[in-house]
Amino acid sequence: MSDVIEEKDELPVPQPMIQLENVSVDYRLPSERIGTFKEYAIRKLQRKIRINKFSALKGVNLQVNQGEVFGLIGNNGAGKSTMLKVISKVLKPTTGRVVIYGKIAPLLELGAGFHPELSGRENVFLNGSLLGYSRAEMEVVFDDIVEFSELSQFIDSPVRAYSSGMFARLGFAVATAHVPEILILDEILSVGDEAFQRKCNNRMKSFQQAGTTVLMVSHALDTLEGMCNRLAWIDHGKILKIGEPHEVIAAYRGENW
Amino acid sequence: MATHSKPVYDSASYRVSAISELRELGKYRYLIGQLIRRDILTRYKRSVLGVAWTMLNPLGTMLILTFVFSNFFKSAVAHYPVYILSGLLVWNFFAQGTNASISGLVWGGSLLKRIYIPSSVFGVSAIGTALVNMVISLIPLVIVMLVDGAPFYLSMLFLPVSILLLTAFTLGFGLFISSVAVFFPDVAEMYQVLLTAWLYLTPIIYPESLIPAKWLPFYKINPMYWMVKMYRLPIFEGRIPTWQEFLPAIAWAVGMLIVGWLYFTSKTEEYAYRV
Repeated sequence: MSDVIEEKDELPVPQPMIQLENVSVDYRLPSERIGTFKEYAIRKLQRKIRINKFSALKGVNLQVNQGEVFGLIGNNGAGKSTMLKVISKVLKPTTGRVVIYGKIAPLLELGAGFHPELSGRENVFLNGSLLGYSRAEMEVVFDDIVEFSELSQFIDSPVRAYSSGMFARLGFAVATAHVPEILILDEILSVGDEAFQRKCNNRMKSFQQAGTTVLMVSHALDTLEGMCNRLAWIDHGKILKIGEPHEVIAAYRGENW
Repeated sequence: MATHSKPVYDSASYRVSAISELRELGKYRYLIGQLIRRDILTRYKRSVLGVAWTMLNPLGTMLILTFVFSNFFKSAVAHYPVYILSGLLVWNFFAQGTNASISGLVWGGSLLKRIYIPSSVFGVSAIGTALVNMVISLIPLVIVMLVDGAPFYLSMLFLPVSILLLTAFTLGFGLFISSVAVFFPDVAEMYQVLLTAWLYLTPIIYPESLIPAKWLPFYKINPMYWMVKMYRLPIFEGRIPTWQEFLPAIAWAVGMLIVGWLYFTSKTEEYAYRV
């Protein structure tokens, strides 16, 4: 059990892309749900607001280097998602420091932000803008998105008419249209049929060759073992083990089975 | 791939401030445009008459109010339909804009938990949508003026200034109320009641001349009193506001925008924890 970063990189001079220094995140949960303003005002006066502190991350240290595919494993509620949030600028750590050395492309839960009444084409631009791209940046990759998602016939139909597979394909195609410097994947690789999954995996590999740093969370341990250079096992907000995928998975399985 | 000596993001030096949020808003202007476009296109997507409802809605309300109240107020106001419609325009913009700010931030909240987006884009695009709707509903106003035989004044050229002031005030208030509604969901419901009361406390349906002189000072505390005046004077009375009428409107608009923006940005870092 240690939070120490293991220096096991093949690269001669590892270029850090993601650095977490002693990062903690505390969620403040009211002990009872206070929904109304009135209740809040009364209790504030009575000084009766008790707040339970819940630490999702406890002093985590981590360094992910350029070009690495890094995986996070752990049980539900272990702090994996919180870690991704801290890294992708969604949450500011309560204490500690997060430093990121590249532009982050978050892979949004596929299809989140789509509007059912708009066409596939319109949703591509809407979704791209949510991910922070400009109009020009989206126009460059539009044809590629249509081709990759295999939706050229349906691109002008409203997406409410799409099947869930078509939905997911379009979402994945938009999110991965540009080669990102840092790609964040939160349990979303299992989309579509087998042929499309292969396509997704190929795209991930081409990113890797282009030097993209990938950070992924998944419960599919076999997938992670096949794709990642390193894994970290997180439990109760702490990194229990970090290193070679098969070693970390073995330790994790040993604990849980 | 380029190597980075300088970090793109450093949580130690990252702080959402009124200035930094403004810069981020500029970077995400394409998203603002896309959100406005989405809201306008989808609102009436399944209705046959489509965007025409933007014009038919205030027209319908105006017709009903004219029918109900014209006997009471006819003697006090000539061209009562024009009077009502010019006031309703202001009110609808304010009510729609602020309500959309609340629902926009709540909708955006599900995204704010997953990806980084400057949270002010939702309020700004909500006001943008309301602004487009208001400009469109100027068309039925012109039609009603023609039908009713109301005069067109040169002073109507002042309207862009009125629109600017109302937009600033509504944006500031929308940011403020949506920010409060994130922490207290009930505020969204309470606000509907408040809006109804507020509507009746503002001379929109009834003429200002019916307000008893001793109550008038209280009416003038109401910022919407001044916002409505900025529209009514040039459209209805054919003159631009005097400085005594203009300054309170400017003060409310600029003051509310600054207060709303400061309040909103001071809470921004907490949204991902709460929405």
